[in-house]
Amino acid sequence: MSLDVNKNYDMQPVLEFKSSTFFVLVLIIHSNDLMMIEQKLREKTSQAQDFFRNSPIILDVRELNQQSHGIDIIKLINLIRSIGLFPVGIRGGDDQQNLQAASLFIPVDMSQSSASSQAEIQKTVTSSPSATSHEVIKEIVVSTATTLINQPVRSGQRIYASGDLIILTQVSAGAEIMAEGNIHVYNTLRGRALAGVQGNRDARIFCSDLQAELISIAGDYKTSEDLKDITPRKPVQIYLQDQALIIKELI
Amino acid sequence: MARIIVVTSGKGGVGKTTTSAAIAMGLAKRGHKTAVIDFDVGLRNLDLIMGCERRVVYDFINVINGEANLNQALIRDKNCNLLYILPASQTRDKDALSIEGVGKVLEELAKDFQYIVCDSPAGIEKGAYLAMYYADDAFVVTNPEVSSVRDSDRMLGILASKSRRAELGMEPIKEFLLLTRYDPNRVESGEMLSLEDVQEILSLHLLGIIPESKSVLTASNAGVPVILDEKSDAGMAYADVVARYLGEKRPHRFIESKKGFLRKLFGGK
Ligand SMILES: Nc1ncnc2c1ncn2[C@@H]1O[C@H](COP(=O)(O)OP(=O)(O)OP(=O)(O)O)[C@@H](O)[C@H]1O
Ligand SMILES: [Mg+2]
Repeated sequence: MSLDVNKNYDMQPVLEFKSSTFFVLVLIIHSNDLMMIEQKLREKTSQAQDFFRNSPIILDVRELNQQSHGIDIIKLINLIRSIGLFPVGIRGGDDQQNLQAASLFIPVDMSQSSASSQAEIQKTVTSSPSATSHEVIKEIVVSTATTLINQPVRSGQRIYASGDLIILTQVSAGAEIMAEGNIHVYNTLRGRALAGVQGNRDARIFCSDLQAELISIAGDYKTSEDLKDITPRKPVQIYLQDQALIIKELI
Repeated sequence: MARIIVVTSGKGGVGKTTTSAAIAMGLAKRGHKTAVIDFDVGLRNLDLIMGCERRVVYDFINVINGEANLNQALIRDKNCNLLYILPASQTRDKDALSIEGVGKVLEELAKDFQYIVCDSPAGIEKGAYLAMYYADDAFVVTNPEVSSVRDSDRMLGILASKSRRAELGMEPIKEFLLLTRYDPNRVESGEMLSLEDVQEILSLHLLGIIPESKSVLTASNAGVPVILDEKSDAGMAYADVVARYLGEKRPHRFIESKKGFLRKLFGGK
């Protein structure tokens, strides 16, 4: 064994650190009623089981703490795990909550521990803030903000938007753009475009020049092989109709 | 303040080293103190094209490791005393280069030089990454063929997302297209992509078109950057590139084949 390790050491590096960006859901807790939380969480997750299965979650308890409702973080985390979600971090907790989280090996996001930019959180909450008092969890937060790109998307680059994605520049062959919502490309689309990647079958792709390697809506796709007959330089929209991807000229 | 230029491509053998030598010489000839660095560790090509291979004592990696100082390693060019070459090591491997080490050397060079030209190795691995990381400007060397264009596009993505300027949220690297080994006859016969084809895919600011030319090989065999062959087409094209980079407006040349040119002259087509 040790011989192998040494050999490996000589040949190539054993490990490497890289920084990456991931998309993680933030679960904002507004109530300390564990039973209500469980009920609402089960309701929410049953609506999109594939999406939520083993999904990593960041817990946000800041608002709860602002209302001075204490909560037992250990119980909360165990509850969330029992539903099949994976808490991978906590933010907005007080010292004791952070300690509790740490005892379960849940990392604490210190940058969010005290009251800071309320605005940022507000932005990501999608349902109306005047929710009734019955509403325990306002929303499993999936940002619906629109992402706007105005630099060319080059080969090898990937873009993921949790809402709609608007691209003003070209998307090169070998690039990949993905959105949970709609995709608009006001230029030539040569790469891969995937809309509705979390299953939204109403998502559409719009582009002013379709020369794509692949287009997909909610997992239904066509490759460039299927797109051979599309006239280039014509604005089109792509949508799902009865399980079929329809490509239609816009004008 | 020094300007750091990376000459890069992704694909190998497209003319990066030829270009690095030519533009470094061009900038120096125009009175700018210029250093050209060979990032192709293990291969060492630049010194051959610059004709200084027999004067290499210390190299880039010696300087990074503190085994020599910059003044010991820099080789003054035999044709132009404002041009200096920092050669690559032939005996080390790529891992001897580090981001901090490269940064330190560039910082020191920047105190004394106006332009620093970084000759990137092929590929998108560590060597190419380090060559572009600190750049202010990028000369993207592309041949008129699909695989080269695709690799250039890939490199442009890396410039836009992985460079120091990108990481610090500074103004992005200025990107310029250099279309090299352009052969209008082969473009016309459809064997090669045309300038328009390439521009449709890359849409970059075109700094120049370097024609396919025997003078390049002749110059490299003689160990003299081709830009010094002022009568050759490639030499003139590189001189245009340097002038345009420095802000002069010059019309593009060497785009049309002799045949196409005549046809145009006589109103045909
Ligand atoms: N304009 C040109 N006309 C004719 N030959 C050329 C031209 N430009 C480059 N070459 C030839 O192409 C070959 C590769 O050139 P060069 O070494 O500059 O490429 P490179 O991109 O640096 O290669 P590498 O990726 O291996 O570092 C050389 O033999 C060179 O003489
Ligand atoms: Mg080279």
